Amino acid sequence: MSVSEQTAPPEVVADRADHVPHDAAAPAHHTSTGLSNEKLGMWLFLGSECLLFGGLISAFLLYRSKDVEGMVGPAVGDLYDIPFTSVSSFVLLMSSLTMVLSLSAIQRADHRRARTWLLTTAMLGATFIAGQVYEFTSFVREGLGYTTNLQSSAFYTLTGFHGVHVTIGILMLVSLFVMSLRGRLPAERSETVEIVGLYWHFVDIIWIIIFTLVYLIPA
Amino acid sequence: MALTEERPPLELTSGEEAVVRKPLGVFTRPSDSPGWRSWLTTVDHKKIGIMYGATAMAFFALGGLEALLIRAQLAQPNGQVLDPQVYNQLFTMHGTTMVFLVIMPMLAGFANYLIPLMIGARDVAYPRLNAFSYWVFLFGGLFLYSSFFLGGAPDSGWFNYAPQSGVAYSPGHGIDFWVLGLQITGIASLVGAVNLIVTCLNMRAPGMTLLRMPVFVWMALVAQFLLLFAIPVITVALFLLMFDRLYGANFFVVEAGADPLLWQHLFWIFGHPEVYILILPAFGIVSDVIPTFSRKPLFGYPFMVFSGIAIGFMGWGVWAHHMFASGVGPVSVAAFSLSTMFIAVPTGVKIFNWIGTLWRGKLSFTVAMLFAVGLVSQFTIGGLSGVMHSVAPHDTQQTDTYFVVAHFHYVLFGGSMFGIFSGIYYWWPKIFGHKLSERIGKVHFWLMFAGFNLTFGPMHIVGLQGMPRRTATYPEGMGWDLMNLLETIGSFLIALSFLVWVYNVVRSRKNPHAGADPWDGRTLEWATSSPPPVHNFDVEPTVGHLDEWWHRKYDEDESGRPVRREHYEFLSAVDEVSLGRGGREPQVDTSSIHLPSPSYWPIVIALGLPLISYGLLYTYWLSALGGIMVVGGVVGLGLEPSVDPEAGHDDHGHDDGHGPGPGTDATGEEAELVGVGAGDGATASGDRAGSGERA
Repeated sequence: MSVSEQTAPPEVVADRADHVPHDAAAPAHHTSTGLSNEKLGMWLFLGSECLLFGGLISAFLLYRSKDVEGMVGPAVGDLYDIPFTSVSSFVLLMSSLTMVLSLSAIQRADHRRARTWLLTTAMLGATFIAGQVYEFTSFVREGLGYTTNLQSSAFYTLTGFHGVHVTIGILMLVSLFVMSLRGRLPAERSETVEIVGLYWHFVDIIWIIIFTLVYLIPA
Repeated sequence: MALTEERPPLELTSGEEAVVRKPLGVFTRPSDSPGWRSWLTTVDHKKIGIMYGATAMAFFALGGLEALLIRAQLAQPNGQVLDPQVYNQLFTMHGTTMVFLVIMPMLAGFANYLIPLMIGARDVAYPRLNAFSYWVFLFGGLFLYSSFFLGGAPDSGWFNYAPQSGVAYSPGHGIDFWVLGLQITGIASLVGAVNLIVTCLNMRAPGMTLLRMPVFVWMALVAQFLLLFAIPVITVALFLLMFDRLYGANFFVVEAGADPLLWQHLFWIFGHPEVYILILPAFGIVSDVIPTFSRKPLFGYPFMVFSGIAIGFMGWGVWAHHMFASGVGPVSVAAFSLSTMFIAVPTGVKIFNWIGTLWRGKLSFTVAMLFAVGLVSQFTIGGLSGVMHSVAPHDTQQTDTYFVVAHFHYVLFGGSMFGIFSGIYYWWPKIFGHKLSERIGKVHFWLMFAGFNLTFGPMHIVGLQGMPRRTATYPEGMGWDLMNLLETIGSFLIALSFLVWVYNVVRSRKNPHAGADPWDGRTLEWATSSPPPVHNFDVEPTVGHLDEWWHRKYDEDESGRPVRREHYEFLSAVDEVSLGRGGREPQVDTSSIHLPSPSYWPIVIALGLPLISYGLLYTYWLSALGGIMVVGGVVGLGLEPSVDPEAGHDDHGHDDGHGPGPGTDATGEEAELVGVGAGDGATASGDRAGSGERA
């Protein structure tokens, strides 16, 4: 089956001539839809994740707008450091760009560059997480713990779930980097990078929604 | 063997030769050898399907036992059999068990076993994740049940309303077990949903277009989509409750200003699609059983498919009809009343199509057919009382009474369970090679039919008279005594019928071999041997029709009557029972078919999850151990090639050189199911040519 048509532009095929030419184990798009099982599975999983974040965001919005008499502790909306979070959001957004650059590099069999961009993406993600840790600790220092009030529980749960997703993404990126170093990520398997990329972009998009709804739009 | 030696290993990007290593891991790869251990490591969708079914039936016995205790308590007014606390635990666990540990896995078992066979595939899309799903479900169920021995089972009912479920009102660990146990089984459902959807969409045999898939495949597909989107919603609810209970969050703490309706909305946004998750595959089962025993194609196949899809969509817009009594406001009530009435339309379409299929059919009332017709009639009764609930004032009267209990037992027991038993009798000969006894089966059916209606029919009456559900006793003189006694007698009849079924199963091993196609079936699973070979089909089918197998066996004469063809060919080597009457065996070499090798990792990862959960309740050391097992297992699974390069292909003879190369070990899921992809050019095209000639 014409593997290359699906995974890489035609001119790349010639470049890959030095690889095993008819490698039956490369992701053969031998499927009814033409999408590989792995990619289709990732899309389905992400569809499911939409509902997960939908539920968490709904819970937060419900409780943010709730005016509770005698609420304990500060309101989460009074503590936001919008410039700081804007910067860390920008960092996360840029990591989507580097993710694309990494995919493009590996499809061109430019493995050095692919690894560089993979590592950059992971570092940008880690920067975002570091920012989140800083944000959480500063909130706690100002008296907003996880159990302080309704809003704080909802806020930490929502952003915490997102943070865990970014962290899992970083782990996957690092795994890809190591695989590439050990030569287990040839251009034929660029789809693996693409699939991790799908996840990474999804987590990014979710952050755009969270940043808009949670931080930017006032309660 | 030859596999890794004959072919050059995948060249590295750096230009040096890659060394083909043994798969990384602490385990030696399990081999294909028979015996009980093969069941622990199997990735064969058929074995996994059987394990799902067996486990679900064991839980069915447990859930049934709980029901019997409940009925014993309620047999007479002021019952003294059970302490009210225990009564609460029993009805909670009965509901939870029947929904999450019986019907869902039972249908998952059917889907697992049948979907690949029905669409002409060799296995599901991700065989190892399939095994993982099963083990996670099993351990999640056992975890939930361990609560009985660790301080008491959950006791707030299967929908576990806040704030009743909070620490303040339920201080024991019961609810924690419920929350964590359902999260674990949720993982199983989610992974299973992704797996089966990809299988349906991606693994179909050539020519098996979507509108040639059997209705069971369609309905299971719709149900998996519902699961895919419903499971995360309940996961959110469970997480919020878990954080409340374990870490002092405030999501459902009313004193802190929380809104208890949040739980109800989250639960029922999951819970109503869940209802269709439980019934749609059962609809699919009878949609395949009724045509076979009417000797007619299904009446209005496209309507059947699209009404199922319509139910799937509309199922998301009716959840608040579970909350009419909770004060959601007149606009919501009116809107959800209307949408609930509308959803009865596609369901009615299905009922009429089944009747249309039966109409002027050449009916043979086998046990499978009896159960199928039982579903159609009893589900109709349950559906009608369901439409009554859509009328909000009516619902406000009936809510939390036995009328509701009667309603959902008519759809879930009279519907889903009867559908499941229909499927069990229908596919038993395919799965085990011999039929269940029809004679004993008929005893089973009539006992269950009588017992079921005797148990749940009178509940309509006492419900309308106001008898509240979930109350451990009722006083004398309410006029409920006789009805409750009848209900209890009925429930013991159901138990008796279940024992008859068990006897039938035990006895059936002595029954003669049934052959590949004992019912003169219509769909592809009957074209292979009973039980099917590990690789399902010796010849990959090329599909040209809906009801492909029927069209291979029968032609039509001028008046449109079916005429059996002189010759037709099975898709696998079959036994002599099946041959004759024109049936022939394919003559093909199956040595080139390679299937994914068994693996220890799925069970290891799955075992880690309950450990993590116990750890959250008792000591974090256990969680750490479980976490290590999960992470290590995921890494092991990822690094392990899906087909073991070291596995002996002794029973396959030679290797055709198209097998999976060492590149397979790069990522885990990447190379799942090399079996189908592997034969690439040679076998697959050969098969296609062969079947082309036949057509």
